[in-house]
Amino acid sequence: MSATDPILEIDRLSMIFGGLRAIDDVSLHIREGEICALIGPNGAGKTTIFNCITGVYRPTEGRVTIRRGSGQREAIQGLKPNVINRKGLARTFQNIRLFGNMTVLENVMIGRHNALAAGVLRAIARDAATRDEEERLIDDCRRILVKMRLDPFINETARNLPYGAQRRLEIARALATDPFLLLLDEPVAGMNPHETKELEETINLIRDEEKVTILLIEHDMSLVMNVSERIYVLDYGRLIAEGTPDEIKGNPEVIKAYLGE
Amino acid sequence: MDFFLKLFLSGTAKGSIYALIALGYTMVYGIVQLINFAHGEVYMIGGFTALIIGGLLFSSGMAVPLVLLLSILAAVVFSAAFGFTIEKLAYKPLREKPRLSALISAIGISMILQNVVLLAQTEKYLSFPSYLPELEFLRPVREYLNSTQFIILVTTAAIMVILTLTIKFTRMGKAMRATAQDKHMAQLVGVDINGVISLTFIIGSALAAVGGVLICSYMGQINYYIGFVAGIKAFVAAVLGGIGSIPGAVLGSFILGWTESLGTGYLSSDYEDAYAFVILILILILKPDGILGKNQKQKV
Amino acid sequence: MERNKLFRDLRTSLIIAAWFSFLLFPLLVMKVSVTSGAALVRFRWERLPGIAVAAFALSFAWRRALEWNEARGDKPSGAGPIAALTARARSALAVKPIRLSVSAVLLAVVAVYPFALGMYHTNIMITALIYVILALGLNIVVGLGGLLNLGYAAFFAVGAYTYGLLWKYAGPAFVAAGVDPGWLFWIALPTAGVLAAVFGALLSLPVLRLRGDYLAIITLAFGEIVRMVLQNSGAVTGGATGISLIPRPWFFGLRLPPRQAATYIYYIAVALVALTVFVVRRIEDSRVGRALEAMREDEIACEAMGVDLVRNKLVTFSLGAFWAGIAGVLLAAQTTYINPDSFTLWESITVLMAVVIGGTGSIPGAIGGALLLKLLPEYFRPLAQYRMLIYGIAMILVIIFKPDGLFPRNRKKYTFEGAPSEGGASPAADGQEARR
Ligand SMILES: Nc1ncnc2c1ncn2[C@@H]1O[C@H](COP(=O)(O)OP(=O)(O)OP(=O)(O)O)[C@@H](O)[C@H]1O
Ligand SMILES: [Mg+2]
Repeated sequence: MSATDPILEIDRLSMIFGGLRAIDDVSLHIREGEICALIGPNGAGKTTIFNCITGVYRPTEGRVTIRRGSGQREAIQGLKPNVINRKGLARTFQNIRLFGNMTVLENVMIGRHNALAAGVLRAIARDAATRDEEERLIDDCRRILVKMRLDPFINETARNLPYGAQRRLEIARALATDPFLLLLDEPVAGMNPHETKELEETINLIRDEEKVTILLIEHDMSLVMNVSERIYVLDYGRLIAEGTPDEIKGNPEVIKAYLGE
Repeated sequence: MDFFLKLFLSGTAKGSIYALIALGYTMVYGIVQLINFAHGEVYMIGGFTALIIGGLLFSSGMAVPLVLLLSILAAVVFSAAFGFTIEKLAYKPLREKPRLSALISAIGISMILQNVVLLAQTEKYLSFPSYLPELEFLRPVREYLNSTQFIILVTTAAIMVILTLTIKFTRMGKAMRATAQDKHMAQLVGVDINGVISLTFIIGSALAAVGGVLICSYMGQINYYIGFVAGIKAFVAAVLGGIGSIPGAVLGSFILGWTESLGTGYLSSDYEDAYAFVILILILILKPDGILGKNQKQKV
Repeated sequence: MERNKLFRDLRTSLIIAAWFSFLLFPLLVMKVSVTSGAALVRFRWERLPGIAVAAFALSFAWRRALEWNEARGDKPSGAGPIAALTARARSALAVKPIRLSVSAVLLAVVAVYPFALGMYHTNIMITALIYVILALGLNIVVGLGGLLNLGYAAFFAVGAYTYGLLWKYAGPAFVAAGVDPGWLFWIALPTAGVLAAVFGALLSLPVLRLRGDYLAIITLAFGEIVRMVLQNSGAVTGGATGISLIPRPWFFGLRLPPRQAATYIYYIAVALVALTVFVVRRIEDSRVGRALEAMREDEIACEAMGVDLVRNKLVTFSLGAFWAGIAGVLLAAQTTYINPDSFTLWESITVLMAVVIGGTGSIPGAIGGALLLKLLPEYFRPLAQYRMLIYGIAMILVIIFKPDGLFPRNRKKYTFEGAPSEGGASPAADGQEARR
């Protein structure tokens, strides 16, 4: 296994809804430690790719494989979302899906669900080990919230948060699941330039300090060009370009896709 | 073979009555995604109205065919009125609430209607005088298909055809289909959502009323509780065919009618009411979208 | 301006009164009876004015209430006299001496109840307590899990029949061996709970991935099938006649006279209620409880965070079934006689109503709702025949105007109260109970 062996590989993926080919024979890969971007006009199929990777949809055709550490490559397409999450893939949602009536802290606690072990019987007994586990849980969550600069809101009900903070909470919650690959669906949508700048730093921080590889979908081109090392461009479900930010900027196909003809 | 044919035909008659009720379920579900638990009660009220109005007219010496016609008409009018009122009262205020709220409200309505009839009329089974004519030309085959069954079949078939054409070709039908597809979009292009929903309840209830009169004539009795079992069975038929789909509801109803008929004939009559439930469980486990239903994936 | 609105309102109410007079005319004013095949109709004109007036008044009130409801919007019922009262009660209970004395009084009342009020009232209370256990159990499924179960009576039946069948088949052996058959109760209690839980898991396993409303209907189907099987397998279960002479619980080998037996069962029921409340609270306030909370909020997000929804739903289903099994044994012990009629769909719906009217998800709600639904009809005998009608109306009113029920849930929220960080942790939100 060489270091360049990708940790996520999508091989000839297609997804068909009724008559619509939302994804058409797409192959892509991500190497460890990369920040990759997936861009494309509205309706290109970006979110659908995320849904296929994370098990929300079962792809019509194709394979999705991952490799963790120096382990074997394994196929994950068609597995259930919670199983895929346990394998180390975590995501955020384009249309924010927080647990709105729960506190910020509780949202992150749900992210750590699988880091804990207490089942029903231990919940009823509430033995020392369980109490310890809960104590540690709150500390862990708080650490994540501090990192995402959400600690001022820690006891706030999630849906009362300002928009930008809600997006950051989505990331915090995903990080709490201890992923090796983080999939961000339009993380700065609706944020102001200042917030966007902050999030850009956060994304770099997550990659550098947490050693989490990142694949992000984004319409904000300045963010995409600043943070990503490689970019995939999708149009009408097909991959039309791949390359470094500079290569993509000058690609006539991409310009055509965005501007139309 | 003889026995089979008999069972098959009585199953067909039963199935066509289920179809009349199932259509109401499927149309309402198609438009507002609500299991209208009270639909069976609307059907029971149709039967009672026909009994009451029919009795009144008959004792006033009116000719039987006219009694029949007017009592069916009365059943249709009152059931439709009930359907309309129930929607406005118990479902409309909950339209934007979680789905289960409306389902609970529907259970409440079902209990209210049952108990209103129980308290205001009677708890006993009443025998239901049939005003349906005896058809001479069926005499030779009467053992297989009697007049009541024949009339049920023909009526149902006619209603199906009219309903399908209405939904396919009229303006209101188009509005209904648009609403079923996407409520908010339909509203944007100028469809009167409230009108469409009311109309759906009215049509569904009217069909149930016809079913009510026919099945009561067929069984020869009525009781405040008949709506419940028939309602559940019709719902099973609608799910079996694929809820939201009109041809599906009809197909599901026939399959259910045949299963019940053949099941009681060949297996055991102790479990007559259980066949529907067993079918329901199997279909929901194996193919939750039903035979003709569309597979719907939630967008994320 | 105001006058105009009033005028319009009155006119609408008049129209609605006319509409209801028409709508209800055949059912309420006319009355049919059938003699020798011919339907006879009698008119009860005296009812018509009453219907019109009632419809007029109710329509007026109804529209006002709807307006108020809409104006209130999605805000939780913050204002209003009831909310103010509960808030005051809550803050009073937060004071330790008050809490202790209230608990002491409550405990004393519960303890002396059977002695003060006698056997008749004790028996009524036992029935109510059985419903409290049922409601608490169903509340796990509906309130915590967000799964509508319309076949809950089936698990109740599993419990009752576990005891019944144990008695029917093992009882003679116990008697022959000279062992008090009352022991069977204590054997049946855990067995029935576990059996019902296993049963719940097995039944729900294939259906849990179904949408909420489909799940409701399929549980209804399961419930009815279980009842039909009990009814039709007479050789084993006694069929429609059921099983009788079920022994009372063992009490140090004494054969208690009915009155003392009732008192004894009453205390067992109270203890079981306490146990149920304890267990439900512990679960609510745990990793499992949090996951359920999140699952109700957003299943897709919850699954994406690694929570196994099927497993969670299975656990809630079995836990709910467990308590129904326990309640079933209690029922068999109290009535000493069981048959399938005690486990109809309406039984399931009554328990559901207790949960909904009390307050979905709320423990005081389940207790209050069950007591209300079971005790009121006992003490308002003249109203008994209107029971189901009133329940139906109450259920609709609650779900429209007070969806969180009469005794709403006050969820314990997790908050962080540690030393303020640089940003400074904000004080506990929403005035909810804080933790840690
Ligand atoms: N569950 C579904 N059923 C049917 N069609 C779907 C479904 N999910 C997505 N689609 C369709 O697939 C296509 C791609 O959608 P997708 O959400 O992946 O686009 P996107 O690239 O994320 O767009 P945007 O930038 O607007 O988020 C669209 O035409 C969409 O309507
Ligand atoms: Mg998208």
